[in-house]
Amino acid sequence: MGLGISTLEKRIHLSKETGSPLSTQEYFVNMGPQHPSTHGVLRLVLKLDGETVKEVIPVLGYIHRGIEKIAEHQTYRQSVHLGDRLDYLSAFTYNWAFSMAVEKAAGIELNDRIQTIRTLFAELQRIQSHLLWWGVFGMDLGAFTPFLYGFRDREMLTDIFEETAGARLTMNYIQPGGLMYDLHPNFVKKVKNFLKYFKPKLKEYDALLSGNIILQQRLRKVGILPAEQALSLGATGPVLRASGVSYDLRKQEPYGVYPQLKFEVPIGKTGDCWDRYWIRLEEIRESLHLVEQLIDHIPEGKFMLMKPAVKIKIPEGSYYTRLETARGVLGVFIVSDGKEVPYRMHFRTPNFNNLWSVTAMAPGGRLADLVAILSSLDIVVPDIDR
Amino acid sequence: METQTLLEKLTALEPTVMPREKSDCPAITISPELLLGFMKKLKAEPSLAFNILCTHTAIDWIAENRFELIYQLYSLEHAHSLRVSTSVPRDNPLLSSMSSIWRIAQWQEREVYDLFGVLYHGHPDLRRLFLEDDWKGFPLRKDYQDDFMLEKPEWA
Repeated sequence: MGLGISTLEKRIHLSKETGSPLSTQEYFVNMGPQHPSTHGVLRLVLKLDGETVKEVIPVLGYIHRGIEKIAEHQTYRQSVHLGDRLDYLSAFTYNWAFSMAVEKAAGIELNDRIQTIRTLFAELQRIQSHLLWWGVFGMDLGAFTPFLYGFRDREMLTDIFEETAGARLTMNYIQPGGLMYDLHPNFVKKVKNFLKYFKPKLKEYDALLSGNIILQQRLRKVGILPAEQALSLGATGPVLRASGVSYDLRKQEPYGVYPQLKFEVPIGKTGDCWDRYWIRLEEIRESLHLVEQLIDHIPEGKFMLMKPAVKIKIPEGSYYTRLETARGVLGVFIVSDGKEVPYRMHFRTPNFNNLWSVTAMAPGGRLADLVAILSSLDIVVPDIDR
Repeated sequence: METQTLLEKLTALEPTVMPREKSDCPAITISPELLLGFMKKLKAEPSLAFNILCTHTAIDWIAENRFELIYQLYSLEHAHSLRVSTSVPRDNPLLSSMSSIWRIAQWQEREVYDLFGVLYHGHPDLRRLFLEDDWKGFPLRKDYQDDFMLEKPEWA
């Protein structure tokens, strides 16, 4: 043996050579279905080489409840609450999507009050959902305090929802033909309080987490998803926009009162985890701006245009309606044969279509990066399994 | 693009496609044999450029003994939508996989296989998605029965 100084890189490389006493082997590991960063019951079968991820195989179905089958046995009004159980962080938006699908198909016209209140709640819900994501995201990456901050501020919104809708998570509030109840008298005051309280908090968020060097290094250039791939993989919402594609249904196919409102759609450049992180924070700012524009201009009018006992019938045909939730495009596909119950009901859920980009992003990276990638996709598992 | 011009363009591309009525967006029907080639053109043709497969699902028309397969497409560039549908017989549900055109089709097709039992030619990894591998039957078929099911209410 001659004299030679090695480096860490060479030393690691040596351990990869087959036949070497230090060689590694590929093996499979289960991540989940009970793992804190899978946000529910998602199971990933990982093919690993040491700490390097070779392949990700998502295994679904742990919370499959057959919601599409259930919907075939219920009238349209009875099916509204099923949406709450898909993405429990966007219950208003899911109720809205379903109601909008039924209203468009059945030809029900709405007044401005209903549309404004729906838009308001959808935006408050977006803030609420992103706040929870932000807290959990910090926790997934090892910072516990953001979790407390996120939940502290989200609590104010859940209280506002509870006062009007009577529920904190599964609201079942937006109905075909209007809303379940009128706004609570405290609503406007409390939302204004929230705006005043919450706006300075965003700076706190940046100081606590966004500016943190550890977080930056764990997110930047990690899990890059090029735009072309994101489109082919069916990603929508912040995941697609982070890759630089400006696709937001609130702009492209405006619904509610969005056409009258001013707002920007933040888009990313590289499509890495950092872009996905930053876009959601920007979206909170935009949503605050939208709520500000609406809160003083809620028109008068009825909050429900149909009697509760009326059974809705949809003319024969197929209908696909979609809107933008906090996580991406939610589509409701209804096939009617003219009866009171749908012949077939299908939910095109954002999480189901967003999940698969993890199979393209994670291979080649480290196991810890996979946690960051998964968390940056902001997945809600019941929405995937349906 | 106007619905009429879009439909004319599609018929020029493939003369056998049939426009569909009773639909809220431009919709066409095509035979399953021509589907794959036609879909490739839909994505590649610059004036159509359907680069997003929004969703793919099936409908069990049990009275007519067929499954209808639905592909909801969207073009980001031209902001137009299209619904392509095709039918396969219930006793031999077989057609080509679209996963070589849009990668998301791979998983959407696995869902349709899992719940309807439709088989896809050229699919890289066709297996159940939500249910266990040894599950018997396909739950979203209208004639599906198992021991846990409740009676369907009379009015439904």
